[in-house]
Parts: sequence; C-alpha cells; structure tokens
Amino acid sequence: MAERPEDLNLPNAVITRIIKEALPDGVNISKEARSAISRAASVFVLYATSCANNFAMKGKRKTLNASDVLSAMEEMEFQRFLGPLKESLEVYRREQKGKKEARKDKDKKTDSEEQDKSREEENDDDDERMEEEEQNDEEEVDN
Amino acid sequence: AARLSGGENRLVSLPLSRIRVIMKSSPEVSSINQDALFLTAKATELFVQYLASYSYKHGRGKEKNALTYSDLSHTAEECETFQFLADILPKKILASKYLKMLEKEKRDGAVGEDDEEDEEEEDEDETVGEDVGS
Repeated sequence: MAERPEDLNLPNAVITRIIKEALPDGVNISKEARSAISRAASVFVLYATSCANNFAMKGKRKTLNASDVLSAMEEMEFQRFLGPLKESLEVYRREQKGKKEARKDKDKKTDSEEQDKSREEENDDDDERMEEEEQNDEEEVDN
Repeated sequence: AARLSGGENRLVSLPLSRIRVIMKSSPEVSSINQDALFLTAKATELFVQYLASYSYKHGRGKEKNALTYSDLSHTAEECETFQFLADILPKKILASKYLKMLEKEKRDGAVGEDDEEDEEEEDEDETVGEDVGS
C-alpha cells in the first residue's frame, strides 16, 4: 500500500461536525473520543468495502456498484441505513444527471474554448464536487 | 467557503476522494462506480452518527454531559453490531492496576489464564494512558 497513514483518516473537522449533529446541544466530545470515532469510521469503510466486494464477486463483476454497497449494509446489520441511503442515492443520481446535461450544453456553446470539466459548478464549488466531476463516468477504470 | 456554514444542507460532507483512497487500499478491490462511492461515504456518515448517539445514550459520559472514549469502547464490547470495532477500541485501565495484574500473574505462576476482567475507567481524565489490548 502506497498510502501514507494520514491518507486513511477522515478530516477531523467534518467528523466532529457529524458527531455534533448526532448529539444533544452542548455535549462535550473529548479529543480521545473524536479520534476514536474517526478511526472507527475508517475501519467501517474498509469493512463495508470488503463486504460489498464479496457481493460483486458473487455477481462476477469487478466493479463495486450501488447494490453491492446496500447489500453490504444489510449483511453488516445496518438495515436502518437502507432507507436514508436509497433516498440520498436518488437525489445524488438526479444531481449527477443534471450536471452531465449542463456540461453537454455548455460544451456545445463553448466548443472553441477548452475548459476544465471541473470548473463550472453552479451551487457548490468545493473540492469534492470538482473531484466528482473528474470521476463522473459510470465506471471508474483503475489500473 | 460556504462549506462550513451550510453543512446540513449538503448531500454528503465526507470527501469522496478520501473515502475512495481508503476503499482502494483494500487489495481485492479493482474498481468502484460513482454511486457505490457516494453510498459508502453517506453510509459512513450515518455510521458516525449512530456510533456517537448510541454510545452517548448507553454510556456514563452523559452524567457529565460528555461523550467519552469509555462510552465508545463500552459500545464496541456490549453491542453486537459494533463488535467489529472491539480491537481498535480496547478498554482502558489505570497503569497501576495493570501492574498489579502483572504481579498477580507472576505470583500465580502465570498459569496461562487470561485475565478478562479489565476494569473500566470511570473518568478517563484519570487514565494514566495505558492501553490494554483486548
């Protein structure tokens, strides 16, 4: 594995915010607790990925898809996540579709200018959106 | 710049790029489609919320209006759904207690009995920082 140890961690600020949203106002979260939850989240990703991958392999596919992840959640006994996940997925798919169409229109208009695909987000202009744009094909082809 | 204030309105807060790095660190995984990546990120957020709220609800930290490490490690041990976390959230004991345990084992001739009775910390501030692996 070529990743540095810190690459397998999730950003502290985001983790902290998610924790705060789940707890009553004013509850103190010790640094140790926050750090432990962050580690737990990384382990969760690994466990979920491994589990989802088993479903993909059963289906003789090399690419993890949405149903693999949903099946993994059920297998891991996180059925309570299924409803919210399916809803979010619908919204996400609509968003992605909207972005694709917006890009197609723009490409038609601005054929002469070579623009980065990542540049024209109307709503959010954060890094992750930009990186989503780069990965916006249905399937990632990785080495 | 709007990231910090509008947190609740976004579809997902965890960065997909980082989630992807973690997923790809798994050797068996070849590729991940975009929907799967999104769902994993979203599921991780739900997981963080669930772990935090469950631990707070069932733990003793709330006696002091706090979520403590001890609450989390307690959850990993007691709740089957979170048992996969038991190794990374071990119970903690005071160093002095651990030393006493070692002395006792020596006296008993180290008969190979695992001492499972790790004592839980009541106030993690007093922990002298010795992690005892489970």
